[in-house]
Amino acid sequence: MSINRRQFLRRAGIVTALGLGGSFVVIGAHGKKVDAASEFKPSQQGLVAKHWAMVVDMSKFQTEDDFKRVVDSCVSIHNIPDFGNPKDEIKWIWKDDFEHAFSGGENEYLTEDFKKLPFTIMCNHCENPPCVKACPTGATFKRPDGIVEMDYHRCIGCRFCMGACPFGARSFNYRDPRPFINPASLSPDYPTRTQGVVEKCTFCVERLADGLMPACVEASNGGLIFGDLDDLNSEVRKIISSKFTIRRKAELGTQPSVYYLMGGDDHA
Amino acid sequence: MYKGGKIIASLIIFVAFLTFPFFSNMGKANAGPENLQASLSQLQLAGKQCVEPADYMRANHMQLLIKWRNSAVRDGNTVYINSQGKSVDISLQSCLECHSTGAESNPVGMSNPEVSTSDQFCVSCHNYASVKPTCWSCHSGPEGATK
Repeated sequence: MSINRRQFLRRAGIVTALGLGGSFVVIGAHGKKVDAASEFKPSQQGLVAKHWAMVVDMSKFQTEDDFKRVVDSCVSIHNIPDFGNPKDEIKWIWKDDFEHAFSGGENEYLTEDFKKLPFTIMCNHCENPPCVKACPTGATFKRPDGIVEMDYHRCIGCRFCMGACPFGARSFNYRDPRPFINPASLSPDYPTRTQGVVEKCTFCVERLADGLMPACVEASNGGLIFGDLDDLNSEVRKIISSKFTIRRKAELGTQPSVYYLMGGDDHA
Repeated sequence: MYKGGKIIASLIIFVAFLTFPFFSNMGKANAGPENLQASLSQLQLAGKQCVEPADYMRANHMQLLIKWRNSAVRDGNTVYINSQGKSVDISLQSCLECHSTGAESNPVGMSNPEVSTSDQFCVSCHNYASVKPTCWSCHSGPEGATK
């Protein structure tokens, strides 16, 4: 009954060979066709640019309603939750004053009026985005057209990007956002987020792909001008190259793509 | 055998306990989603086809969806041109146009009477296969898709 070492090794070898060979046969027979003869293309009606940029015409933001209209258009389209407390607040586009938005670069003895000047604030879609460098999973990335985009699927909620962003443009879902979205304005065309995911303004990439301007631009009555900064004939380029504009914390070298037009009543 | 009776009795109880799930679920858990085949042949009769042929979709829809996701979100390519040259919008809504209970091509829905609690296309199969994708925790799905 007993076998010697030689026999044992021989039998073990035969069984191994049979097992491996058999598994190849099974896998080969059920081989999956992963690649169909197909391709991916951008949508035909989509808006394209080399470098999307936004100009905020400060003269068009006078009343409380001017700000509210713009913010609300974004909130309803992107299913932004309202947690009801500032610590958990999710902000894509919001209002803040000069002192907080432009801290660091201002003159020391600005008038109180000027410090309180309200600004419309959003993600600056920087040319050198520090959030993209900080993201360990590539969940936030810069598209070739200059938009700093979020891929919620890949976000692991580490919040490095929030620490890296000098503009506070990123918000974290500390809780499940779904119950806090106004059901009346829930938009089925845009996903909600889950707990543990960072979100921010995306310049409405999903609307650009459909040939539409960003929601805030449409709602702003000309207060926000959006276009291709690399196109010499675009409105944004004309304004930026001919009028006085400022950018938030330009001294940090991130090259924001959002410009604030000061006293520009007479443009286009 | 010393205390043979007790040992054998205990063994029988042990084996019965061990195999209880198999016997209690016999015939039940294997009941796949109903109406699946009927719905597919209904589609074929109407000359409709999923994004790719049904065989391909059945085996590879998950890989295709991941490719769709990466293409749309990361590369900005939101149109898929299938192997027959037909263009499809990359969106879960494109799936739901047909694969949603109550849709034109799928009026009755399908369910697995033993294991499923939803008559939605995705869920009935995924419940059967015990797969739990998290699509609908963000994307808006049809009513009952998360059951």
